[in-house]
Amino acid sequence: MSEVKLPIFMDNHSTTPVDPRVLEAMLPFFTQHFGNAASRNHVFGWTAEAAVENARNQVAALIGGDGKEIVWTSGATEANNLALKGAASFYKKQGNHIITVETEHKSVLDTCKRLQREGYEVTYLTPQKDGIVTPEMVTAAMTDKTLLVSIMLANNEIGVVQDVNALGAAIKAKNPKTLFHIDAVQGAGKVPFDVNAAKADLVAVTAHKMYGPKGIGALWVRRKPRIRIDPQIDGGGHERGMRSGTLPVPLIVGFGKAAAIAKEEMAGEAIRLTALRERLYRGITSRLPETYVNGSLEPGRRLPGNLNISFAFVEGESLLMALKDVAVSSGSACTSASLEPSYVLRALGVGDELAHTSIRFGIGRFNTEAEIDYVIDLVVKSVERLRQLSPLWEMHQEGIDINSIQWTPH
Amino acid sequence: MAYSEKVLDHYENPRNVGTFAKDEGEDVGTGLVGAPACGDVMRLQIKVKDGRIADAKFKTFGCGSAIASSSLATEMIKGMTLDQAAEIKNTQIVEELNLPPVKIHCSVLAEDAIKAAIEDYKKKQSSR
Repeated sequence: MSEVKLPIFMDNHSTTPVDPRVLEAMLPFFTQHFGNAASRNHVFGWTAEAAVENARNQVAALIGGDGKEIVWTSGATEANNLALKGAASFYKKQGNHIITVETEHKSVLDTCKRLQREGYEVTYLTPQKDGIVTPEMVTAAMTDKTLLVSIMLANNEIGVVQDVNALGAAIKAKNPKTLFHIDAVQGAGKVPFDVNAAKADLVAVTAHKMYGPKGIGALWVRRKPRIRIDPQIDGGGHERGMRSGTLPVPLIVGFGKAAAIAKEEMAGEAIRLTALRERLYRGITSRLPETYVNGSLEPGRRLPGNLNISFAFVEGESLLMALKDVAVSSGSACTSASLEPSYVLRALGVGDELAHTSIRFGIGRFNTEAEIDYVIDLVVKSVERLRQLSPLWEMHQEGIDINSIQWTPH
Repeated sequence: MAYSEKVLDHYENPRNVGTFAKDEGEDVGTGLVGAPACGDVMRLQIKVKDGRIADAKFKTFGCGSAIASSSLATEMIKGMTLDQAAEIKNTQIVEELNLPPVKIHCSVLAEDAIKAAIEDYKKKQSSR
């Protein structure tokens, strides 16, 4: 086995390392071309502005849109806030009902909760067991007061990819005025996505999930027909009045470069990551019994680099501790500050016990086959060791049905 | 969340892992606390001779802090009388392992496990 450098990072859904090519593109804009892109009267400003406009086109091209439709934000959380609050406020005469899904990111769910407090009605759809939301589920929930539907392109925990084209077609067929907002954070640059094929109106993306820097995202806002949103930040009127604030030029340049690389390399990378994911999946499941994959494994329905597995009878955080020198994450309650197990797994109907035993692997551009093999070995050894410490594994071995025991929860 | 050295030590080298043989049942008290749905299950066993805990074993389904808490518990109670073991407070475990606030409940479960094992042993004695 070739050399493996520790620690190994296999948590690419939480963030990604900046690609060296992206960093190289950014550097001149810190100390050389450091002008404010809004300075209209000198070369420092013009240079910065040109770089920003170029990046706009690069990010838009990745998702099939036009550069003029890009609004820069501090990240996807802000983009989702801007989309939901901005549209809900601007279009409030059209209706007060919003539809979203229980498995959305907190930046969408918490924003919807706030909108509920302000008087909007929100329907949270429950997906199928494999994580998929069908067009029928959405149209069944739509009323003539539904002003917006928000569904993510790909899920950060279980990697499930929605058929946004079918969803968009169904939404617009039922009511062309209902807006379609897509959180494309995990899917953009990884799976094919086109804002027009999806009939989307608002799309959120971020740089740090596609090997770009943290601190910069974008909200794509359709111009044909023109979608309007009320700004959430005032002061100067940047981004056509939709988002004021001096643009972080180096970050934007980095985002543009990351998007351009993603567009170019997406197809080949998907093949490579899917193969690595398959290797990891087979390596683990062939050597360990009682493992369960969370979410669909069907081709086209899952992010190439995502694998979310529950290891029965072994708690997630203790497994993370055993996987020292390998960075992954878990749906276990013990790993969250709130002591609640993953709400995404819960929404899929994965029982609390299996949620506590789940591990999420996020394979990315810089992971190698040698690293996958190292991780397989370590996971298998660690699960076997922890099962030796587990009273539940012992009971299972003895044929005792764990569900038949009267537990005393604390 | 960085783990304390003591927690890591107990996790890497847990003390007294295992299960007493079924035929030793008369002198053994078993405490089974927690629930799989909560992500925390501890089974702590005591073997009692002449009123003292001669040996203790544990198995735990839970996070590193839970494993460490139950491992430490078995270490603490060996040699104690049943009454002494029943006096053990979770705060002693928290202090020894430097458990952060979010993990205090692991030590509470360990204290419960000790008490449950003692109660089980006493129940067996009274029905003999």
